[in-house]
Amino acid sequence: MGDIVIQVNDLRKSFKANHVLKSVSFEIRRGEIFALLGSNGAGKTTIVNILSTLMKPDGGNASICNYDVVHQPEKVRQSISLTGQYAAVDGILTGLENLVLIAKLRCVKNSNAVAVNLLKRFGLGEATDKRAAVYSGGMTRRLDIAMSLIGNPDVIFLDEPTTGLDPEARIEVWKTVKELSNSGTTILLTTQHLEEAEQLADKIAILHGGNIIANGTLDELKKLFPPVKKEYIEKQPTLEEIFFAIIGAGKAEAQ
Amino acid sequence: MKNTLILFLRLMKHIQRSPETIMSAMVQPILIMLLFVYVFGGAIKASLPDGVNYVNFQLPGILVMAIAYNTSYTALRMFSDKGKGIFNRLNSMPINRSSTLWAHVFASIVSSLLSLAMVFAAAFIIGFRSNANILEWLAVAGILATLSLALTWVAVIPGLIAKTTDGASFLAFPLVFLPLFSSAFAPTETMPAALRIFAENQPLTPIVETVRSLINCEPTGNDIWIALAWCVGIMVVAWIFAMRVYKRQT
Ligand SMILES: Nc1ncnc2c1ncn2[C@@H]1O[C@H](COP(=O)(O)OP(=O)(O)OP(=O)(O)O)[C@@H](O)[C@H]1O
Ligand SMILES: [Mg+2]
Repeated sequence: MGDIVIQVNDLRKSFKANHVLKSVSFEIRRGEIFALLGSNGAGKTTIVNILSTLMKPDGGNASICNYDVVHQPEKVRQSISLTGQYAAVDGILTGLENLVLIAKLRCVKNSNAVAVNLLKRFGLGEATDKRAAVYSGGMTRRLDIAMSLIGNPDVIFLDEPTTGLDPEARIEVWKTVKELSNSGTTILLTTQHLEEAEQLADKIAILHGGNIIANGTLDELKKLFPPVKKEYIEKQPTLEEIFFAIIGAGKAEAQ
Repeated sequence: MKNTLILFLRLMKHIQRSPETIMSAMVQPILIMLLFVYVFGGAIKASLPDGVNYVNFQLPGILVMAIAYNTSYTALRMFSDKGKGIFNRLNSMPINRSSTLWAHVFASIVSSLLSLAMVFAAAFIIGFRSNANILEWLAVAGILATLSLALTWVAVIPGLIAKTTDGASFLAFPLVFLPLFSSAFAPTETMPAALRIFAENQPLTPIVETVRSLINCEPTGNDIWIALAWCVGIMVVAWIFAMRVYKRQT
């Protein structure tokens, strides 16, 4: 168990009469993948925005690497990287130019080499010099995540990283997230996709009605909600398993 | 400062790579100039004193229009950066936040200056001539640069607050049409009373008149100070307002 990297305490935020966050508290340890589950409008993006210093909370406090997000935002920004809910890539620039831009802003040496490596790693080698506007949704998302990795931030926020991706692209993203976490990066991921949380997360928190109503490992959550009755049924393949069986992608084994 | 430059160069790539920006911000003012000189010019000349070079007469209005067209694209570029989450990404990075805004401002001014240079070149081809000395030219450059800075700050506001692309361009729209309702293209004497009062007192009129006097080597009188006061006034008010909007959003 690593030390605590993200500490959120009694965080509150309202938009006029809309009390989005009532009292949100959680902590995330170094190298953990923390999944924040919640339906549309639950306030996931709001939490991510507050933690990435884009928005000020109404009350409570939050710190990242021991720096307060409200009072020491510059320090916080040194440690984080944001992949927002909607891919923030510049369509008029090429994939390479997008990455070089961020590398230069983060004062990374050999920005070009770093960018080329990332493009290869994310399977975008072919599209290096194509404008990002012509990328598919999955390619755009991969470029977007690649942009967030530049400068090796300690903490990465991924706001619904796989929404709108096909199952194959989703598994690609999952693989990347796992690799990142193995290399010690702390990841806060929001999702509406239950399976994504199951697949990836070390800890899962459920945000509902402005509060975290459950928080723990998958096993802990399962214990909280024991099966009401036992049923013995023939196991049916899930649609996902069928999909992969038909397209014959060996990638399904990644699960 | 270094980050402002990096982000500025990114925006210059945008301008260079989008043909519609080049067409409407750089070429359109020239087409409008051709329209005034060759289509309306003959008729308008009748109400001007003898011997007036109409290319010289209408040029200041076209220059103002070119600045307005360019700054309206600034609003669109800012809106697009905001909508796509590029502002959010940049604002969560360890860079000075104001560099994002200043990069847009510089890109706006540089594109205006490029566009002005093209208008001057086109005007020269169709008969613009001036005996102005270096001081007068410096004064022209100073006024146009101040105006483009002022209108850029005006354009930042719709760029930040608009909810849709149409909104961003619609809010910048009046800037482009304002020069038409001034003494830029025709003398105000022939306009209906209400319009005339507006035309003679709106900020672009002293600006246009000053530039016209300077390029024609005529005394500017008080106009130059009124023009500068308007430019600086608009700039300061728009800047305060834009900064307030920007701070509230970040
Ligand atoms: N800037 C804002 N101004 C006003 N209301 C806002 C603002 N941002 C978010 N909200 C409101 O806060 C609530 C939570 O929004 P948020 O985007 O955090 O939800 P979310 O969990 O990310 O939802 P989704 O799954 O749809 O992305 C919504 O009701 C939304 O309308
Ligand atoms: Mg969201």
